[in-house]
Amino acid sequence: MFKTLAIAAAFSVAASAALAQAPNDAQIAHIAYTAGVVDVAAGKQALEKSKDKAVRDFAQEMVRDHTAVNDQALALVKKLGVTPQDNPTSQGLAKGGADKLKELGALSGAAFDKAYVANEVAYHKTVNGALSGTLIPNAKNAELKSLLQTGLKLFKEHQAHAEHLAMTVK
Amino acid sequence: MTASIAWIGRLAAAALAVAPVPASAAIYTVTLAQMRFGATPKSIRVGDTIEWINDDIFLHSATATDASFDVELKPKARLWTTFHKAGTYPFACRYHPGMKGTLVVTPRGR
Repeated sequence: MFKTLAIAAAFSVAASAALAQAPNDAQIAHIAYTAGVVDVAAGKQALEKSKDKAVRDFAQEMVRDHTAVNDQALALVKKLGVTPQDNPTSQGLAKGGADKLKELGALSGAAFDKAYVANEVAYHKTVNGALSGTLIPNAKNAELKSLLQTGLKLFKEHQAHAEHLAMTVK
Repeated sequence: MTASIAWIGRLAAAALAVAPVPASAAIYTVTLAQMRFGATPKSIRVGDTIEWINDDIFLHSATATDASFDVELKPKARLWTTFHKAGTYPFACRYHPGMKGTLVVTPRGR
């Protein structure tokens, strides 16, 4: 139950409908994939809206890296014969991402850049917490666990990059 | 890849042992994996080459802070940089600034 609550709290979105128990591999794969999709969508929006080179470079990095992880995740679930299973945490993530796209969509120029980067810091921080606190410890399959660990290293690097960018973005 | 470095090191050592002539230029491998640069040799000599292997699923680069080299490494790419000048070369991945390393290039002795 604590783990269930931890996921919901970490993502700050799936409060109303939590998983009844620790997520299984099919759910974990779905959550991790969805987390990537949300960040890719945010990056694509930034590439459409931002004119700041540093912000655009960062957004390009998010799109490229998270697409790479998700491609790898898709290949892995196919190989394992696992069908990713939708769940309240994934749904909460997707909804949170859609809400944020809408919110940031109303901004432009420097206001958008600041809000995008600030959200990237917060988002990577919460996903890092969920990966290390819940998803990785609960993953049963060794290859899935390894891919999640790679994802955690990536997310940590992205978080550091976003934090640095947050200090410099005008 | 540490094994590769060790293997190359042993080859170089063997060459030195049998001939009192300057060792020929060596190739050292640095592997990028799990969002970091693998171990770099403690120092290399002018004329030596670093073989960069990107074993990650992400696009990386090995980019010198002083711009003396800039190697873009697609996933699974393998590229080479030969050092022609002694010096200390800090480098990082252009895309992931947290990935860093330093190479020390010493003059080739007689």
